[in-house]
Amino acid sequence: MNTPAPGLDDVRSRTFPFPRRHFISAMDLARLEIGDLLDLADSFVALNRQKAKKLDLLKGRTLMNLFFENSTRTQSSFELAGKRLGADVVNMSPRSSSMSKGETLIDTAVTLNAMRPDLLVVRHASSGAAGLLAQKVGCSVVNAGDGRHEHPTQALLDALSMRRAFGQVDGLTVAICGDVLHSRVARSNVILLQTLGAHVRLVGPPTLIPGSAQRWGVQVFHDMREGIAGADVVMMLRLQLERMTGALVPSTREYFRFYGLDREKLALAAPGVKVMHPGPMNRGVEIDSDIADDLAISLIQDQVEMGVAVRMAVLASLAARLDNE
Amino acid sequence: MPASRPLAFVGARLVDPASGHDGPGAVIVADGVIADIARSGGFESLSADIEVVDCAGALLTPGLVDIRVKTGEPGSEPKETLKSAARAAAAGGVTSIVLQPDTDPVVDEPSVVDFILRRARDIGLVHVYPAGAATKGLLGKGMAEIGLMREAGAVYITDADHMIVDSLVLRRVLTYAAGFGALVAHRPADPYLSAGAAATEGEFASRLGLPGVSVMAERIMLERDLALAELTGARLLVDQISCAEALESLKRAKDRGVKVWASASINHLTFNELDIGDYRTFYKLTPPLRGEDDRQALIEAVANGLIDVVVSAHAPAPAEDKRLPFEEAAPGAVGLQTLLPALLALYHEDRAPLIDLIAAVTCKPADLLGLDAGRIAVGAPADLVLCDIGAPIRIVADELLSKSKNSPFDGRRLQGKVLRTLVAGREVFRAD
Repeated sequence: MNTPAPGLDDVRSRTFPFPRRHFISAMDLARLEIGDLLDLADSFVALNRQKAKKLDLLKGRTLMNLFFENSTRTQSSFELAGKRLGADVVNMSPRSSSMSKGETLIDTAVTLNAMRPDLLVVRHASSGAAGLLAQKVGCSVVNAGDGRHEHPTQALLDALSMRRAFGQVDGLTVAICGDVLHSRVARSNVILLQTLGAHVRLVGPPTLIPGSAQRWGVQVFHDMREGIAGADVVMMLRLQLERMTGALVPSTREYFRFYGLDREKLALAAPGVKVMHPGPMNRGVEIDSDIADDLAISLIQDQVEMGVAVRMAVLASLAARLDNE
Repeated sequence: MPASRPLAFVGARLVDPASGHDGPGAVIVADGVIADIARSGGFESLSADIEVVDCAGALLTPGLVDIRVKTGEPGSEPKETLKSAARAAAAGGVTSIVLQPDTDPVVDEPSVVDFILRRARDIGLVHVYPAGAATKGLLGKGMAEIGLMREAGAVYITDADHMIVDSLVLRRVLTYAAGFGALVAHRPADPYLSAGAAATEGEFASRLGLPGVSVMAERIMLERDLALAELTGARLLVDQISCAEALESLKRAKDRGVKVWASASINHLTFNELDIGDYRTFYKLTPPLRGEDDRQALIEAVANGLIDVVVSAHAPAPAEDKRLPFEEAAPGAVGLQTLLPALLALYHEDRAPLIDLIAAVTCKPADLLGLDAGRIAVGAPADLVLCDIGAPIRIVADELLSKSKNSPFDGRRLQGKVLRTLVAGREVFRAD
């Protein structure tokens, strides 16, 4: 898709004020809003591909990145998104280990709020942390991942990658494979993809799929061959290596044998299948390098590129609401 | 190898629990499988090249399937080798054995499964199936490679005599194994309550001055295991249930539809705590021998099907491990060679129909593990045992084929002499 890069007025005309102050959960997004956000993000993709990448849509606004958990890619993605829209960006990485949750998190929020940021991007190891912060600050809060709960901008960028690859998300069969239990990416994707009309499957060992996932409106498979048979998209999740010690899976070699994506299993998917991964990858554990690096089927690099564009779209929409207030 | 002559067993009392038949019967064995069956004394015509065996009314049943057998291989070969265990099995009419994973090294990864299967193929006497460990090193912490071991040929998952104390670990093992359709066995015994125990708590143990364990240690752990089986929907085998209290729990769980099966050892169906008598260490077992009420309840449960499987719980222990004060002696008893006659005792005492007793050592364990064994059907492997069920025998421990002679049946008079054992049509044992 080669949309010409938009000018500032063009972007302004496409940007709609987001109906909510905060961006916490994929649950808050209606299908039309997602479509608008993806359209806007599409235009930012074109912008990001030209030499002059900078707009002054967020001029004068302060974006604060508050990452209690380390993250290189999401934090730099938000930082670039903010800077390309002309915001002042501050990165804060409080040592999560020295902070006890709950009260201290709120204390931090109150302190930061007094510095008058406009947009607060938060990542925290506890589910619900972003929502808690949102109750305590006057600015807009963007959830960049809270525990095992949600990572809504990841779901948006995944949807954008799929829409650009297939034309539309509606009707696609998407197999999300691996450690669903601990994955916020999976939860946000299940919600967003279903909102967009995709058929979602969850594939993994029963120890890594929540027992109640059957009721999420998805199909659950414990046999990967069955799970990815006929799938248009295979989305691999990262297996945290510390899961080996908790009796959740026996070993990396057994995991790769049954749940790792290799050519043999992938051959069962639909023709033209695309492979995705939210990163960072464990090559040889959940995915064969051979597949990850095959640009004909891997969307993994696209996902990173879409990440910046999607986050620009989210920030721009939130800022448009702030402008109207 | 030239094809051996077809063999016809005629004039037998054919007991095949899988088809519900107990009556006159005859069987033709050819090319390692059952070629024909007659539900009468013989066949109307037999071609001349068939060798005919007149069974003279002896019992002809599927070869026994014993799903709880320990050998010392690999790691403690002086106790028992695969070969000596296989010979004992063949002499006892046992044609399929399932080995416990508590060897050295532990069977907790596929290469050890491979090793055992390869050794068993080389020996070639009876069918040998390994069980795989549930946790690495039987330590009850990290999960063993259940999926890879299943692919390599492990038929169920168990930590043998090691309890998985951490309920979260057992929950995850059950959940994970269920994904592969694997059966998990767990021995119900609270290790804290049973610590140091040498006998069942009660009047007798206290008179002998032996540290005892209450039967409640079994029930407590069993209730937990059953709750986890219900929670996870996994298939659970209760390994060696041994007391009336636990049978109540088992019945309740079965009635609720929990996917649970139970085994009992022949020792607990035969002996009670009084057999310990004068501190005789061959009667030191895990779980320890129970009271007579428990033994009666177990027999009842085998007869009515509440207990699904009877095992020998074959556990060789050499003299140096048994010739010790009772508390210090190793637990366990050899049993491959005595399983069938000891089981027949329950029939001779009129405690259960023969066909139901045979079912608990043939088709029921085979079906539980999905083994192609335990039935006499056309096309099935010709694993057969021919046994004169009335013949009196006297068990002499020193004459048993196991390398270890720790048999609590030593000196016992039983009825039931194994005449011939066939594995895949090949004779692996014939009585003198």
